[in-house]
This record gives sequence, C-alpha cells and structure tokens, in this order.
Amino acid sequence: MSRPARAGAPADWRDGLPPGRDGYSFAFLDAGAKREIRRRILKAVAIPGCQVPFGSREMPIARGWGTGGLQLTLALIGPEDVLKVIDQGADDSVNAVSIRRFVQRVTGVRTTTDTPAATLIQTRHRIPEEPLRPHQILVFQVPIPEPLRLVEPSEKETRRMHAEADYSRMWLYLYEDIVTYGEITIGARYPVLVNRRHLMDPSPIPRWDVERLDRNPALMLFCAGREKRIYALPPHTLVEPLQFEDVPFRVESFAGRRCRRCGSARSFLDEAIDEATGRRSYACSDAAFCEKVRKAGGRTAPEPEEGGP
Amino acid sequence: MTLPPPIVQVRGLTRRFGTGCPACPELTGPAAETNQCPRCRSVTACREVSFELHSGEVLGIVGESGSGKSTVVRLLHFDLAPTAGEYRLNLNGAAAAGLPWLEPGQNLFELGPHQRRQLRNRLMGIVYQNPLLGLRLKVTAGGNIAERLLMAGWRRVERMRERAADLLARTEVPVERMDELPRHFSGGMQQRVQIAKALSTDPAVLLLDEVTTGLDVSVQARVLDLIRSLQRELQIATIVVSHDLGVIRMLTTRTLVMRYGGIVEQGLSDQILEDPQHPYTQLLVNSTL
Amino acid sequence: MLTVEKLEKQFVSHVLNGKEILGFSPVSFSVPQATALGLSGPSGTGKSSVLKCIYRTYVASAGTIRYHSGAGDWVDLTLLPENELLRLRRAEMGYVAQFLSVLPRVSAVDTVAEPLLADGVPREEARDRARRLLARLGIERSLHDAYPATFSGGEKQRVNLARAVIRPPRLLLLDEPTASLDPGSLQVVLDLLLELKAAGTTLVAIFHDRSIMDRLMDAVYRMPEKGGETGQLATRTSSHET
Repeated sequence: MSRPARAGAPADWRDGLPPGRDGYSFAFLDAGAKREIRRRILKAVAIPGCQVPFGSREMPIARGWGTGGLQLTLALIGPEDVLKVIDQGADDSVNAVSIRRFVQRVTGVRTTTDTPAATLIQTRHRIPEEPLRPHQILVFQVPIPEPLRLVEPSEKETRRMHAEADYSRMWLYLYEDIVTYGEITIGARYPVLVNRRHLMDPSPIPRWDVERLDRNPALMLFCAGREKRIYALPPHTLVEPLQFEDVPFRVESFAGRRCRRCGSARSFLDEAIDEATGRRSYACSDAAFCEKVRKAGGRTAPEPEEGGP
Repeated sequence: MTLPPPIVQVRGLTRRFGTGCPACPELTGPAAETNQCPRCRSVTACREVSFELHSGEVLGIVGESGSGKSTVVRLLHFDLAPTAGEYRLNLNGAAAAGLPWLEPGQNLFELGPHQRRQLRNRLMGIVYQNPLLGLRLKVTAGGNIAERLLMAGWRRVERMRERAADLLARTEVPVERMDELPRHFSGGMQQRVQIAKALSTDPAVLLLDEVTTGLDVSVQARVLDLIRSLQRELQIATIVVSHDLGVIRMLTTRTLVMRYGGIVEQGLSDQILEDPQHPYTQLLVNSTL
Repeated sequence: MLTVEKLEKQFVSHVLNGKEILGFSPVSFSVPQATALGLSGPSGTGKSSVLKCIYRTYVASAGTIRYHSGAGDWVDLTLLPENELLRLRRAEMGYVAQFLSVLPRVSAVDTVAEPLLADGVPREEARDRARRLLARLGIERSLHDAYPATFSGGEKQRVNLARAVIRPPRLLLLDEPTASLDPGSLQVVLDLLLELKAAGTTLVAIFHDRSIMDRLMDAVYRMPEKGGETGQLATRTSSHET
C-alpha cells in the first residue's frame, strides 16, 4: 500500500489533506460532517460515558452494519494512520473486509491486522487480545447505546435517570436475575459505571472484555449510527461493571480449555460444534492474535476436544 | 408545656390544572361549590391547604372524590408539582443523615428533582389505592422492596433479602412467596407488599392513599388491623386519605375534611365524627350512619 | 384542678336547615384534685355532653374549661391546640363512654394493654398487667383472648373501664360505666375507683346508681333544666364513710 506523498503539499490538497479518489473528499465525509463529529467526540471525551447526540450521516452501507463506527473512523483518520478493522475478533469477515476496503479506498491509508501496529482500530463486539497502547484509538460499533433500554422504554425517562444518576432500576434488574436464575445472566452488553457517574453500554463485547475497559491506556470511542449517539472512554478512565458486594462480577470461564489452533489458554475462545461428529472445539476469537501465537510457535498443548453434546 | 415542632409543615398548598385566571380564587373552592373556574375552565384541585403533622401522629384527610385529598398526598410525595405552597420537614439527626444537603426549614418544593427523589426514597413511604402505582407487578415482591434499598445505596443481595423477608413477615405476606411476582397475588396481599415496600427505608412520613378502597370487607379489615399494629409499633407520622369514615375512625387521631379543593373543617377525629360543625361534614357523617 | 365556667353547648344541624338544638344550658363547676364530682339531673339535660365537651369530643359553644395539667400550668381545654390536647388525652385523661367503643378484632387483653404499650411498657409485662386487672374486674380468664365485641354489656363496660384506668389517669371522665353491672361487679368497680381517687385521680362522673353517687362523690352538680337558665347548684354530700 503506497502512501500519498506529502512533500511540498501539492496544489490540489485541501485542508492539508490530499483529495480522495473518484472525486470524493478525503475520507468520504464532507468537511462539515467531520467537524460536527469531531466536536461531538470532544464533548463525549469531556464527559466520559455520557451519550452525546450527533447528526448521523447516510453512509454507503446499511444502518446497523457499522455506520456509527465508520463515521467516527472517517472523521478521525488521517493519511498517516494505520487502520485495523475487526468483526468479533476476525479481520477477514465480510463486514470487516468491506469496511476496511472502503476506508482504504477513500483515504489511501495503510491497513494492518497486527494490533500493536495499528493507530486506529474499528471493532465490532471485541477488544483485541493484545494490550492496547497509549495514542491508539479503538472505535466500537454500537447497536444500542442506551444501557437502560433494557429496563425502561422511554427515552425521556432514561435521560432523567442519567441526569440524576438514578440507576436503581438497572440494579433491580441484576437483583431479579440473581433471584430468578441464581446468577446474572447478562452475557454481552454488560452495564458498566464510568468514572462512578454514568452508566454505559460497552457495546456487545463479552464479559471477558469488560474488565479490559478499565483504565485502558487507549482512547475508546463508541458510536451508534442508527441511534445517533457518540460516547467515549478517555485513556485511563475508571470503568466498573455493576456488581453486588456479595455477588461479584465474573468473566466467562474457559477452565481447562485451549485454542485448537494456537493452544492459548489465556484468550477469549469461540465454541464450534462439528455438525458431522457433534464434537465441540474451541478457537481464539481474535484471529490475528491466534496467528501471531502460532507463528511464534506457541502451540504446545494438544488440541482440546470434548465429547458430543 | 412545649411540644417538639411538627415533623411536617404545609402552608398554602395549591395545585391548579389549566392556565388559571385572576378570577380563579374567587370562583372556585368550598364557598363557590366548585373546583372548576367558570371563566377559564381551569380546575383548582387543592387550594391554600395548610396543616401540620406531629411525630407519631396519624392525620386523616376525608372527602368525596374530587375533593382534592389525593392531590394533596401526591403533592407531598412529589408525584405532582404544586402551583404554590410551602412544604417543610423537621427531622431528627438520624432521619436527616444521608441527606447532608438538606437545610433545616427548607421549602422542599424548591429542591431539585434529584434531591426530591432521594428525599422521597429515604424519608417517605406511600401506599396507593391502585397497586399498579406503587408496585412493579413484573418484579418479584422481594425485588419491589429491594428497589428502594438499592436506591438508598444497599449493595449486598443477602442483606436486602433479609430485610425484605423481615418486612414481608411483618406485613403478613408469606415469606416463601418473596420471589414471586405480585401480579399473581390477591388484592389484599398486593396492598401488604406495598406497605412492606413503603416501610423498607424506615420512612419518617407514611402516606396512605385510599389503601383499602376496592378490597373485600374482610380483606379491608385485615389490612386496617395491620396498619394499626404497625402504627403502634413503629410510631411513624402518617397521613391517611380516605372517603371512608370508618377508616378515619379506626386509624386517625386528627382529621381534615376537604371539599372542592379546600379544607372546610379540621379537628380531633372523634369530634369530627360526633360533633361535626361544617354543613358538609354533617352531611358526610349523616350519610354513613 | 378542673374549673368549668359558663359552659354551653348548642348543636346547629345544617342537615335540618340550620336548626339549633340545645345541648345544655350554661354549666359552671369546679373540681379539686383527687376528688369526685357527680353530674346529676334528668335524662336530656346534657350530662354526657358536658363530659364530651371536657374531652373535646364535642366543641363547646361558649364558656371555658380550665384544667391544671400535670406539667403544672392551667390550660383552657376548649382552646388548646389539637395536638396538645391529644397529648393530654394520652398522658393524663381517661374517658369511659356509656357505650362500648373498643376496636374491632382486638382481644380484650390487648385492648386493655394498649395504653401501656403506647407508653413503652414491654409487651409481655403490659399483657400481664392487663390480665390481672381484667381478673380483678371479674372477667373470666377464658375471655381474655376473645374479642370484646362478643361480650355481654356488663363485660364490655368493664373492659372499657380497665382500658381507661390501667395507667391511672389524672382526670377520669365516667359516663355511666356501671349501668349493666351486677351488684358484685359494682362493688369491685367502686373499690377500684375509690383506690384511684385516693391515689390522686380526679373524677367527673355520671352514675344512675344512687348508692355509688353517695359513696364515691365528694360533690354533686345538678344540671340546669333545659332552657331554664337558673337551677345550677353544687352540693356537698358527706362521703368518705365507706
């Protein structure tokens, strides 16, 4: 991937940026849209966890397919950025590939699958296994930005609850879960309290990733295109999952299981069932991480397998 | 003989629905025998209501539907905002703890919504005629009680369950039904869960709005007996709103009689029942005996 | 201890187009502490109404009722703020009505124990004392845990009386509390009232039974005839010979 030359700022550059191909402006969005989105991001960063409305644009992909994340990516990306796009940990799923190709086409930036090498990572439903660094930006695609939607249908009422930090209804939901099922059954979208103030939906990441939001050195931005909301976790922000003193928060357990490809026992695993044999097997959800471990010869343990269902 | 100051002081409580006009005060109220202004069609649900509630006292508010008695209780519970009026609480140290921003003698209607909500959760309990208003029918009986405790900052499931079990036992709800949904309960049991919920944070003021209306007579009697025994045990300052003079006789020591949004008579409950002064109260008493 | 001056009561019935019904003509009397005053007069002269005015169940139309409270000051019971009057009622006044006014679905022992509970006496002790008083008044033990609504007239009256005196009041108002009693019970009640008086209770009472009037009362006030402004008289009888 060749990068556009910047020396001497050619005459057709505008705003210090090169023109995109096919007559589109750099990174597709017009300057006005970028300015608005950046301002909203600043506000979101200033009030961690608070949902900021914005004028979500029509994008050349359908709403619900990552238009929120895409708009953040396009509003933030510069020619020197290195982009990584993942969908539930995979760089090569159709959704991830389409978005990566689109951004590359309208910006000409370099792309990568290597987490440490990326400066900007757009993700759907995962946080990469490899630790993030300062100055990296992680952009989440968010289907439902309102954590209280689960317990309250009225937007007016949820806004009041945020304004007054009245989250007793969410706590009540967790209490009822414990009473009814003996545990909290929320898997993805586990509600977190940001800076001890705002309740936030972390997007449908697994519980495994929830603890990794806490005081993360990277800037994490969240955007729901359909619901027109942006929110943010600035680097090192305190993020706590809602938990009772006597019923603590727990992440998914893969006790004794390993990735069948790389042998890792320290990563979030996807379960696969072989339809022919009925066998269950497990593999890393983060494909790039898995590949890296394998190349480094990390695979030592035999492929863990279980009996039929 | 000096008595401690009243727990609740209400002055000039007024709530109007509609735009209102300068003629409203003149053309509505007990003297005008209507609460709707003939000029602007606004309804003055309650007007210039003033009273005091003392520690451990049970005050009755009696009147027919539309007299404004429920409006008064809803204003005091911040379910509605008043058009005018002052509302003060005199609390002892224990009750005021946890509300450090509450100034003595502050007009509670001037508090912000967040403070009002906190104050209501910590210091007030309400039981509505309609359990739908006071209970979440899709949340377990124990969860309904836990909600108030959660709002007050409780974060231990076991302790909340112990508290809920204790309150349900006291209100004669079988504790083994704690994890069932109140919508499967009878009307009388729903009211008892509401009472348990109202008592969960040891409120300083308890508001009972037509709690037995609509229940079968035998169920009514059990709920009233429960309230009486809790009253004797806990000594919570209570306001009982009812159109039923029997309820007033059984539960209250002092009574306000309301009509067309105004207080037409107030006195000791036995005096109101045996020697009513106002024509309307006489009619009310004569109608039931 | 209690001074009633020019007390009057008119009932204005708005249901009957503002018709005025005379409760009683002006009444004046004074009762020293630890003495008993009897109210006498034909029925319809308003004896019960006087007691109710003192207890504030009735609103006086005119006159004053000055009462020397336990706190040591004189108050006018017709003007006293309601909450202070309620405190006086709880702390130092007892009233026994002619008819049963006990609460439904409360057992006899709990009915009698309630004033003690309100005073903070432990439940078991309060019930124990209630049982002893009921037993003394001749209520069978088997009835203690039954509802007084099912009792005979005389039993109900004794339950009512027990409730009023379990915590000896400073001022006791009695409205024919012995009307349905047999001679044996009558003697027990009389002894109890004499004990209370000796211990400092002031009584204002209506008894139809002449003998009780004679043996309990230090003075008798004869109610004025209705409409006839005159005819009020206070007499002293020779009592204390019991």
